[in-house]
Amino acid sequence: MDKGTPSSALPTCAISLNINGTNRVLDIHPWVTLLDLLRGPMELTGTKKGCDHGQCGACTVLIDGERVNACLKLAVSIDGAEITTIEGLGTPQDMHPMQKAFVEHDAFQCGYCTAGQICSAVGLVAEGRAHSRAEIRELMSGNLCRCGAYTNIADAIEHVLDQEGVTPLREAAE
Amino acid sequence: MRPFSYTRAETVQDAVIALAADPGAQLLASGTNLVDLMKYDVAHPTAIVDINRLPLKEIEDLPGGGLRIGALASNSAVAYDRRVQERYPLLSSAILAGASPQLRNAATTGGNLLQRTRCFYFYDPSTPCNKREPGSGCSAIGGTNRIHAILGASDKCIATHPSDMCVALAALGATVEIEGPDGRRDLAMTDFHRLPGDQPERDNTLAPGEMVTAIRLEGNHFARHHTYLKLRGRLSYAFALVSVAAAIDIADGEIVDLRVALGGVAHKPWRDTLAEAEFAGQPADEATFRGIAGRLLAAAKGQGGNDFKIPLAEKAIVRALRQAASGTPQDQVVKAVQ
Repeated sequence: MDKGTPSSALPTCAISLNINGTNRVLDIHPWVTLLDLLRGPMELTGTKKGCDHGQCGACTVLIDGERVNACLKLAVSIDGAEITTIEGLGTPQDMHPMQKAFVEHDAFQCGYCTAGQICSAVGLVAEGRAHSRAEIRELMSGNLCRCGAYTNIADAIEHVLDQEGVTPLREAAE
Repeated sequence: MRPFSYTRAETVQDAVIALAADPGAQLLASGTNLVDLMKYDVAHPTAIVDINRLPLKEIEDLPGGGLRIGALASNSAVAYDRRVQERYPLLSSAILAGASPQLRNAATTGGNLLQRTRCFYFYDPSTPCNKREPGSGCSAIGGTNRIHAILGASDKCIATHPSDMCVALAALGATVEIEGPDGRRDLAMTDFHRLPGDQPERDNTLAPGEMVTAIRLEGNHFARHHTYLKLRGRLSYAFALVSVAAAIDIADGEIVDLRVALGGVAHKPWRDTLAEAEFAGQPADEATFRGIAGRLLAAAKGQGGNDFKIPLAEKAIVRALRQAASGTPQDQVVKAVQ
């Protein structure tokens, strides 16, 4: 599959997306996924391609504020949407609280899943349904970490939830 | 992914006309399954009809306390809807047992019904598969078949339907609303999916050009005595090896109304209404629950790699009926099975 740069022989569709606060009008092939659009022509390579089949969560981004697997979403089908990727959450100089918490809690090792973990965690906080350690774990189950940084990832998210005034109940040590 | 033409339907009529006019056309809702199948070259539609703009996202109240769930309502929207949680907690629980939060945010109600099997061979175009390529043979029979069917399989196909949501809908006696070239019709959820027989390429009983527009829930809510018990290779984010949606009405310790639907064991959510009816009036106790499990699994047949599913299903049915009877449904966050 191509990476989103249209070749003239095949049909394209015009769509507009707001990506990290910037309006973009794009002419794309209808078979281009949001993930390939972001990583290819948009040059937003923070979002990672892990399995490309919705099984790992590395490509998680926010579409209209909701966390979604970008690999399974045809970009043409979300014409008009607002997309937030890891690049839109914060910068090294001005990190999002979730990014800061991941750094402070050492919530990664190789870092490949981290952008997806952070976007997913931001979605989780916005959803407001995690009130316990067990709920954090269950509601982050769509993001795999092959380094096994799960305990520190859950710590980072719990820290942010604490700051937001949602106090998770401490449960048995993992 | 192979190239295809793309159109956006503005009305249900548009979608039905576009679908009926072109045998190579497929509807696109969220795409969580279809896009994946296209990447594997298992699905190769020549035309995609995008239905995301259709007004089918609503969850509406029906007279008598029922609900109509639009085909484009996301799994998350349904599972966390207050009315669904209060009136049909079995449905909410089953949805939350499936997939991941990201997938549930995207995946739709109609798409859940239309998702295809997760049989390894169906997903691998280098192997024979009667469902993917009719007449090519079944690689799962005599192959790796840990995840395959123990009920209702044929010598052409032993695939299972992977849904959790559909298992709850079967137990609850939901109705599927369908729109097609010949107009609107209703279909019982239990008649929507089919057994493989000689035509495993057909997952369901939709006619060409028909689409699902809504799911209707009416009648008994089973809000008190229900459970969705899902057993799988890991605790979250995995398809069921065996799942049980159980719902009971009990009066004076006796079964008044019984529903047991099984997931992960057949080409469709498995429900045997004749067997259920036989147990009306029986005491809601362990001996009866074991009897129900034995009756439901009387015709179960293993394929070698999935033989373990028969005793697993037996114990899961008894456990689920106990959970339902005691009003302690399976918690989908804390995974301990009580």
